[in-house]
Amino acid sequence: MRRIRIIPVLLLDKGGLYKTIKFKNGKYVGDPINAVKIFNEKEADELLLLDYKASVENRKPDYIKIKEIAEEAFMPMAYGGGIKNAEDAKKVFDCGFEKIVLNSILFENISLIKQIANIYGSQSVVGCIDVKKNLFGKYHVYSHSGTKNTGKDPLKWAKEIELKGVGEIILNSIDNDGTWNGYLFDLIKDISHKIDIPMIACGGAGSEEDFRKAVLAGASAVAAGSMFVFQKKEMGVLISFPSNLKITK
Amino acid sequence: MIAIINYGLGNLASIKNMCKLVGIEAQITNDIKVISQASKLILPGVGHFEKGMENLHASELIPLLDELVLNKKIPVLGICLGAQLMTKHSEEGNVDGLGWVDAITVRFDQSKINGLKVPHMGWSEIHLTKTNPLWLDLLPEPRFYFVHTYHFLFENKEEISATSTYSYDFACAFQKENIFGTQFHPEKSHKFGMKVLENFNRL
Repeated sequence: MRRIRIIPVLLLDKGGLYKTIKFKNGKYVGDPINAVKIFNEKEADELLLLDYKASVENRKPDYIKIKEIAEEAFMPMAYGGGIKNAEDAKKVFDCGFEKIVLNSILFENISLIKQIANIYGSQSVVGCIDVKKNLFGKYHVYSHSGTKNTGKDPLKWAKEIELKGVGEIILNSIDNDGTWNGYLFDLIKDISHKIDIPMIACGGAGSEEDFRKAVLAGASAVAAGSMFVFQKKEMGVLISFPSNLKITK
Repeated sequence: MIAIINYGLGNLASIKNMCKLVGIEAQITNDIKVISQASKLILPGVGHFEKGMENLHASELIPLLDELVLNKKIPVLGICLGAQLMTKHSEEGNVDGLGWVDAITVRFDQSKINGLKVPHMGWSEIHLTKTNPLWLDLLPEPRFYFVHTYHFLFENKEEISATSTYSYDFACAFQKENIFGTQFHPEKSHKFGMKVLENFNRL
């Protein structure tokens, strides 16, 4: 029996943590260092820290801040946001992160994956795919915090970045983000069975049941934001992680 | 003082951070003088085996490390790629390692893995196969964070100190005299990892 990774997602912006709904209207939820200390205490499996506006605002990672945050994390931690080249990636690894997450830059320079993977290994490079459904029910991949439609098909894009060497893929639903309505189970199923690397389901989780359903659909790990930073849907901020939470397969 | 060997690969900051948390004096270094005076060594590493050996050779630290580990018997802990580098050879890049333990490094066997995805990434319980000072007072059902595509394959099974399971059982930790290695990342494994590092420091 394998233990499924359950990954709190922390959205960073100018030193604070925020939570969005459908990638918009970031609500302040607290201080990142404090949050990481809570997740240590509760023994969360892994953390995902995303400076979610870095690419759209054309900013570099805030190395000083993210180093402070990484110093407090005694679990694996991935960072994404504003990484544009191998030098940026190196600086992020040197801050103490295990993995880096690439998204918008891949549409300009897909060979960056190989450049980084050749040094740090594929397992250190995560590709994030933000998807949104159009009026005709077709999914497209978006970049720059969901502001640019790349026109790409999620499955084709997943296979393409797998081929280029990412070690895992985050499949993130823009429409479901912050809604507590569940993941994109259909798309998880479609894509996870056609790639050989682990897929992390993200965007929309509202219950442990959603985690189980994502795993049944084929996800190797599950990520969630709202569930770990709010008490309940439309209720106040409460950063926590249930210590008895364990999903196996 | 523990010297965390810096050969340009791996998450050195994480190891130092956890050492600091549990009150272990540690220094990230590639300085021959500092390494020579260390009471213990940690050989970290994340990444490609071939690149790891290439960097170690380029650092010109190998003769010193051989001397400290094999002759002076200074305790050394290899973590992840650092532990793999202690084996004789790896399929990753098809190059020779330091050869300190009687094992080679091989890729997860696709034919035995039952459709599981590689890398093996996440938390897995380990099964202690022999008493080992690093396992002292370890909490029940110890679990650790793994992320790897290759694993140790021991010629001499006596050197295995723990196994884990990913579709099939594989050696995930070893000890040969003063030489310790873990495939998992104690520095990223909460209280379980803290205990292992504390135990190593106490040797």
